[in-house]
Amino acid sequence: MAFTLTGLIIAISDAKVLAKFSSPLEFFKSALATVGNAYLALFQGSVYDVNLTKGHTFIHGFYPLSETIVTATPLILTGLSVALAFKSGLFNIGAQGQFIFGAIGASYVGFHFHLPVGIHILVAALAGALFAAIWGGIVGLLKARTGAHEVILTIMMNYIASYFILWVLKTQSFLRPGRIDPIAPEVNQSARLPLLAGANFRLNFGIFIALAAAVFVWWLLTKTTIGFKFRAVGANGQAAKTAGISVPFVITSTMMICGALAGLGGAVQVLGSEYALNADIAGSFGFDAITVALLGRAQPLGTVFAALLFGALHAGGRTMQSSTGVPLDIVLVTQALIVLFIAAPAFVRYLFRIKKMNTSASLTSKGWNG
Amino acid sequence: MKKVRSNIEKRRLSGVTAISLMSSLSLLYFGFISPGKDKTTFGFVLNNEWVIIKEWVIASATGAKIFSLIAVVASIIAVLAFRANRKIVIPAAIATFGILMSFITWVASGKFIPFTGLLQGALLLAVPLIFGSMSGLICERSGVINIAIEGQLLASAFVSGVVASLTHKTIWGLIAAPIAGAAISFLLATFAIKFSVDQVILGFVLNVLVIGLTDFLYKKLLVPYQSTWNTAPTFGHIELPILAKITVIEPIFFSQSIVVYLMFAIVATITFALFKTKWGLRTRAIGEHPTAADTVGIDVNKLRFKNVMIAGLIAGVGGAYYTVGSVGAFGKEMTAGAGFIALAALIFGKWSPIGAVFAALLFGFADNLQSTLTIIGVSIPSEFMLMVPYIATIIAVTGLVGRVRAPAADGVPYLRGGAH
Repeated sequence: MAFTLTGLIIAISDAKVLAKFSSPLEFFKSALATVGNAYLALFQGSVYDVNLTKGHTFIHGFYPLSETIVTATPLILTGLSVALAFKSGLFNIGAQGQFIFGAIGASYVGFHFHLPVGIHILVAALAGALFAAIWGGIVGLLKARTGAHEVILTIMMNYIASYFILWVLKTQSFLRPGRIDPIAPEVNQSARLPLLAGANFRLNFGIFIALAAAVFVWWLLTKTTIGFKFRAVGANGQAAKTAGISVPFVITSTMMICGALAGLGGAVQVLGSEYALNADIAGSFGFDAITVALLGRAQPLGTVFAALLFGALHAGGRTMQSSTGVPLDIVLVTQALIVLFIAAPAFVRYLFRIKKMNTSASLTSKGWNG
Repeated sequence: MKKVRSNIEKRRLSGVTAISLMSSLSLLYFGFISPGKDKTTFGFVLNNEWVIIKEWVIASATGAKIFSLIAVVASIIAVLAFRANRKIVIPAAIATFGILMSFITWVASGKFIPFTGLLQGALLLAVPLIFGSMSGLICERSGVINIAIEGQLLASAFVSGVVASLTHKTIWGLIAAPIAGAAISFLLATFAIKFSVDQVILGFVLNVLVIGLTDFLYKKLLVPYQSTWNTAPTFGHIELPILAKITVIEPIFFSQSIVVYLMFAIVATITFALFKTKWGLRTRAIGEHPTAADTVGIDVNKLRFKNVMIAGLIAGVGGAYYTVGSVGAFGKEMTAGAGFIALAALIFGKWSPIGAVFAALLFGFADNLQSTLTIIGVSIPSEFMLMVPYIATIIAVTGLVGRVRAPAADGVPYLRGGAH
């Protein structure tokens, strides 16, 4: 449904299509062709592109699929961060800031130290996760102690983080020798995640880290006592408190783990595909994470699939932009529409005149005083 | 017997302690440990107003000491007020002013500070923030969380820019903008009130939707066909007679575009309407206790819907300020997070119109001080100055400065029969 609406927008905004508005038949043909081309490019950019195989083996046609997975990897991690927060009844908008701190930490350890291959990756990734865990933990601690709403706190922390990275990139230790623009040195070879499909593809080990994190979140939530506490607080804070669960502890530890997950996303982005820290490293991973978690219904497995879908939309959107001239930003619109329809089951029922179903309750966070 | 303090008192105490500590530190550091070695010049004349005072030159160290002393005295009054259980807002505000001025005098040692320009710029930067926070205020006072302020501002900036470009009339831009703001409000109200969608998520999604749509249309229409689609004219400045000739006050208040005058009018109207009219009483009732309001015959959801729409209209005027009110042409994501700062101003101002206005002015001032200091070239990284509004908001919401409480039913959908 979201795709139909998006198609409509693409068609309306195309001047060539509008020019044929006088004859309805021509108009529809042209509109369909434009939308069709855009979606074809979207597919070519995200899964398989025959054109890329010219002069190469057929495997090369899968380059877009590799791009999809590379884009999805940090999205899985940030998406898990938001999803886990949802499970504890928190709305973590701060994945963006946590991602930035993860990237800073991983980058610094990556280019500043010289360590053996396996250990260097581990230390760099952990440094990223730790930085971000502290950054996320601040929010948790503030909320637990003062009751301030995490949405406001994380929005503000995101801005602070985005200015912080601008400043960090200007400091002496992050300045790349011989460069004056804000870009950090590339991380050492020993800290880079191994490529999985040769030098032609950016596909790297990061996807396994992301999948492992998804398994970890699933295990944490369903198999451990602490995960049970998280879910209990998320389902009913008052009841959990009465049952003797320390709500401040749950809030703080949730936000720390969420921070670590998003930070790991930043670390993977730096160590796996970007190598050098730059001001734009976080892109919109932290914000897309929210749509990913919502689409994945805050379940680890759902989050993975949602991240893959959005990874495909982004990777494909780039191809669509270059080959058909439909701006990448339409992907944002599609995402927003998808989430809107998911967040509003009542609206969808109303739209299709469906009688009351036994759907699970839609995701909710709490009001300012919650 | 040991005195037992409530949580609110504890926070007020830490607020008082923090402000006293900062005042003393400011006196020590700016005045004695690292005094400015040169003179600081404050300029007061901007255009052709009557010259009462042209500029004021003071030795940086002396100036810093004087302002810090003011801050210290104000902090002492704040401590006394706290012990006497009276309000600490006014002395705390004076202390903050003293610390700020002391800092400016210290940091601009040997330099020229265009003081009037600084204040004027602060007001201008605060204009969209004030419109935005007024929009948030009306929504949240009636119990609907509005995170979509950013979307409202951006959508209306876009529409007013495009309409004014196509019609070549600023007034059509100003008329179209509130309609665009209200359109976003319509989505917010429909999904939040009719379909009970979580309001925080909803607002967030609406922002993404508007950013995506405007970016898309900007690249698709405004860039390639700039001459027809994106050349909005702007409103001229209206100078009020006589008033427009007074030093300092003139450039700030009485020589502005019509949007700024509209802002003053709207803030005054909202303050009056919210606390002195039937509508205001009902609005506050449905935000605090919808069930009680329903019992006395107020249609909660209908009034909420209406108020959210009004809020959209107000934010729309703020959006028009970006295009026809100042620069004319629409730029990609030109609101740059102003909607969120407006939200912060609303919370910082404790959900009161006047409070939100002062908070917005403070944020505008911090923003403008940052760019002024960058231009005259001081050693503090501008990034840290840019963080100030956000850090201030965190301090505000964590309750260091008195109690901050949202309307009780903010963000809770109202279903008859208490089904939530």
